[in-house]
Amino acid sequence: MTGLTESADCAVQQNQGGLDVTKLTAFACRELLASGEVSAVELTRAYLARIAAVEGAVQAFLLVDEAGALAAAQAVDAKPRQERGPWEGVPIALKDILCVKGVETTCASRILKGYVPPYDATVVARLRQAGLIFLGKLNMDEFAMGSSTENSAFKVTRNPWDLERVPGGSSGGSAACVAASEAPWALGSDTGGSIRQPASLCGVVGLKPTYGAVSRYGLVAFASSLDQIGPLARTVRDAAALLELIAGRDPRDSTSVGLPEPVGLPEREDLKGLKFGIIKEFGEGVCQSEVLEVFGRAVAAIEHLGGNCEEVSMPSLERGLAAYYIIAPSEASSNLARFDGVRYGYRAPGCQDLYEMYVRTRSEGFGPEVKRRIMIGTYALSAGYYDAYYAQAQRTRTLIIREFAEAFGRYDFLISPTSPTVAFRIGERVADPLAMYHSDLCTIPVNLAGLPGLSLPAGFAQGLPVGLQIIGPHFSERRLLNAAYAIEQALAVEVAAPVERLAAEEANL
Amino acid sequence: MTFELLEGWEAVIGLEIHVQLKTRTKMFCGCEVTFGEPPNTHVCPVCLGHPGVLPVINQKAVEYAARIALALGCRIPSRTIFHRKNYFYPDLPKAYQISQYDLPLGVDGRLEVELDDGSTVTVGIVRVHMEEDAGKLVHAGGASGRIDGADYSLVDFNRGGTPLVEIVTAPDLRTPEQARTFLTQLRSLVEQLGVSDVNMEEGSLRCDANVSVRRPGEPLGTKTELKNMNSFRFLQRGLEAEIERQILALEAGEQVVQETVHFDPVTGSVFPLRSKEEAHDYRYFPEPDLVPIELSAEYLETIRKNLPELPQARKQRLMEQYGLSRKEAATLAFNKSLADYFESLAGVTGDPRVSVNWVLGDVSAYLNANNLSAADFPLSPESVAELIELVRSGRISGKIAKEVFEEMLSSGKRACLIVEQKGLKQISDVGALVEIITKVVAAHPGPAEEFRQGREKVLSFFVGQVMKETKGQANPQLVNQLLRQYLSGQLKGNGPGEVENLG
Repeated sequence: MTGLTESADCAVQQNQGGLDVTKLTAFACRELLASGEVSAVELTRAYLARIAAVEGAVQAFLLVDEAGALAAAQAVDAKPRQERGPWEGVPIALKDILCVKGVETTCASRILKGYVPPYDATVVARLRQAGLIFLGKLNMDEFAMGSSTENSAFKVTRNPWDLERVPGGSSGGSAACVAASEAPWALGSDTGGSIRQPASLCGVVGLKPTYGAVSRYGLVAFASSLDQIGPLARTVRDAAALLELIAGRDPRDSTSVGLPEPVGLPEREDLKGLKFGIIKEFGEGVCQSEVLEVFGRAVAAIEHLGGNCEEVSMPSLERGLAAYYIIAPSEASSNLARFDGVRYGYRAPGCQDLYEMYVRTRSEGFGPEVKRRIMIGTYALSAGYYDAYYAQAQRTRTLIIREFAEAFGRYDFLISPTSPTVAFRIGERVADPLAMYHSDLCTIPVNLAGLPGLSLPAGFAQGLPVGLQIIGPHFSERRLLNAAYAIEQALAVEVAAPVERLAAEEANL
Repeated sequence: MTFELLEGWEAVIGLEIHVQLKTRTKMFCGCEVTFGEPPNTHVCPVCLGHPGVLPVINQKAVEYAARIALALGCRIPSRTIFHRKNYFYPDLPKAYQISQYDLPLGVDGRLEVELDDGSTVTVGIVRVHMEEDAGKLVHAGGASGRIDGADYSLVDFNRGGTPLVEIVTAPDLRTPEQARTFLTQLRSLVEQLGVSDVNMEEGSLRCDANVSVRRPGEPLGTKTELKNMNSFRFLQRGLEAEIERQILALEAGEQVVQETVHFDPVTGSVFPLRSKEEAHDYRYFPEPDLVPIELSAEYLETIRKNLPELPQARKQRLMEQYGLSRKEAATLAFNKSLADYFESLAGVTGDPRVSVNWVLGDVSAYLNANNLSAADFPLSPESVAELIELVRSGRISGKIAKEVFEEMLSSGKRACLIVEQKGLKQISDVGALVEIITKVVAAHPGPAEEFRQGREKVLSFFVGQVMKETKGQANPQLVNQLLRQYLSGQLKGNGPGEVENLG
């Protein structure tokens, strides 16, 4: 595994006799384990200690599986080093939307409180097979519906760069935990921006793969035609490695095809000969000016690396939000119908008949945003409304797919800010769903078209992270990650949030 | 058969038939398809609708469904997709059924149905589509056996996810009897295809009916959907009751309401289901977890080529190959196992006429009396052929053969052995018979004299007397010949020489 070392980025520091995990990438963890400098148990303990230290401030985890993680780490240590796979013993944390056999999986919803899946999601099985250590389950917006993680039924996760602000969502727990160094990397899911937007707001790398690159089996469905599992990590290389671990055709998911070529280790250092289209519709008037300033510096960096950038108008993308808020709730209204109190999860007590059981279980079990979307979706699919809403939204989707296809005839990649704004204050948008929905304006069209999209830390505005979104053609992950790697090296943005300092400041107030 | 539509009315009937496919595994998961197993022993996260699971199409089920569609003469579009049919019910774990909607597997087929009077009616097949079955509910307590009023209900998901094919006919049927005949012949066709057990009692064949009435020539009346008819007889009776209900309502100046009507097999009556469950908007939309099915022309051609002989073709062949009557051939062709039995038997005996008489006579009588399929008939064609051979060779009479047949069925013994052990063997010993004839003629000098004067009819009196003496075991043909010769003086007691060649 020579050549994969990133020791320059991740010098191991002895910190109070322990390991300073704030300096560790997943590759660094792997090197430490391979060289025998630390054992899997030591590494796992270091992350558990970090979680114990900062989780009170961040609130990223719904469940920390200390016993399970240590047992798995011991099993790795018991194996001769030469018989281990390359990633054995490296810890990871999982969004609580992924089924892990024997570990409570709630989707941050009361309706699934206490639900313990009898099976592993395919991605979980792959990571388990690869020997990764599961630290626990991460907070999220209930059933992945939201952009701030405030829709969790259980806790509010805080942005490690500013504890009064949201981490984004719905994979807010995943982004915050990586930014706070509670895990070297994490898995999230992205239906309309749920990996990229929190990655942007928390200043980490987040990748939504091409629809079909990663199996959805065991990912609790929100909107089946849009959902995709992907990595959140500190570096592009870590994200590439995690994608490689989870991607692939799965016979249990008919919509999965895997990747046409291995992602490999991103190592491109320039962008010569590459054409970048700057999406005009996601510029001025849509994004905060401070965000556009940071974005502008990223564009300059791309050009400095030899890339060619020019503005491209893609008018159909403006309709993405409207189409998305028909299609996603429609599918969700059907996907979430199974939570009926009959077989698992929450059942309202003391019901007199079936109808009452349905109504009360679902009324008490779901939060307001989930109910809102179930109602929108049910309405949109109803007899007499289907053509005006669902069918029309699908036609819009087709237009967006075509417009992307045309653009990729001229450009290698399309770029925009990932989020129109930096992280907003906790509670700021709770009462205004449309303002909340606006957070995903730039990311939603990518899901509608099934394209791969990556958010890369591009810098800071008002001391808060700003992400650069890079969109590639279908199954272009290898090229996309290579381009992102070059930009990442040029921008050299700090990814470890000063969460301990913030927590200390907060404690002193 | 006594049901007559009221004067001046016409019924319009269309059927929706559900056929459970006998694939090894379920429609969208790897669980085994079973019947009568302990509850919830053939289930997995997929067919229990756990969070996060995804369906995967059973290719065998698609092949079986394509067989049905092709056998019904359907057109199979180049692209077919699944839809979700959304509704809440405890036996439906995902709260949607994966089914097909506007792009079904097969469309525009037809089945020509042969009615009892020899006429035919062509029934259009609107669509043939694939879907998954629901689980089964058991309601404890409460008077109705239904979920309303039950103390509690239990769900068994063993059946959940079993592959189903739904066949929807055009409203081409006009009488309950036609509907019953159609279903019988459709059942036979599907059975022939080897894709289902088509057992109505076990639910592997289920039928709902849409029915309306009108004055002939007028536009279609309001239809109702008739459910819960789990036998051919109930289908006919349910339709009769519902048609009568509708006509009486209309004649009383009332309206027929479009609703679901339940048939109660115990009382033979129908009652409308008016409940909250009825206000369904299924909110169909394309199933995003599955990709479209595209069946190539080559694939379909292979299936078409490998279709077994279908009942209509078999009927023709049975008439031509075995010289059967149209009615005999039709009876056999629409009863696959009986036709198979007949063909085996005719093959062994080499005598299709005698074979068909046995199969449609005593064999069918036994099967009907015991509610058996010919596939489960306890006597092999070889053993029945042995019995037939005993008759043909004159060792036993046809009358005795029926007794032996009964004995074979009750004891399981071979025909030869029964004949041997019970002394049922036909008396074809000329010496013994002449001895009896001598005795009988001597006892009745009057009739003997009448015969000699030319009254041929008296012969049958003497045959009867000889049969009586021999307890029916005498070879009747031989007795006839010997009597004629004896009475006309060509034969004297104990002089068998001349008749040896009769044996």
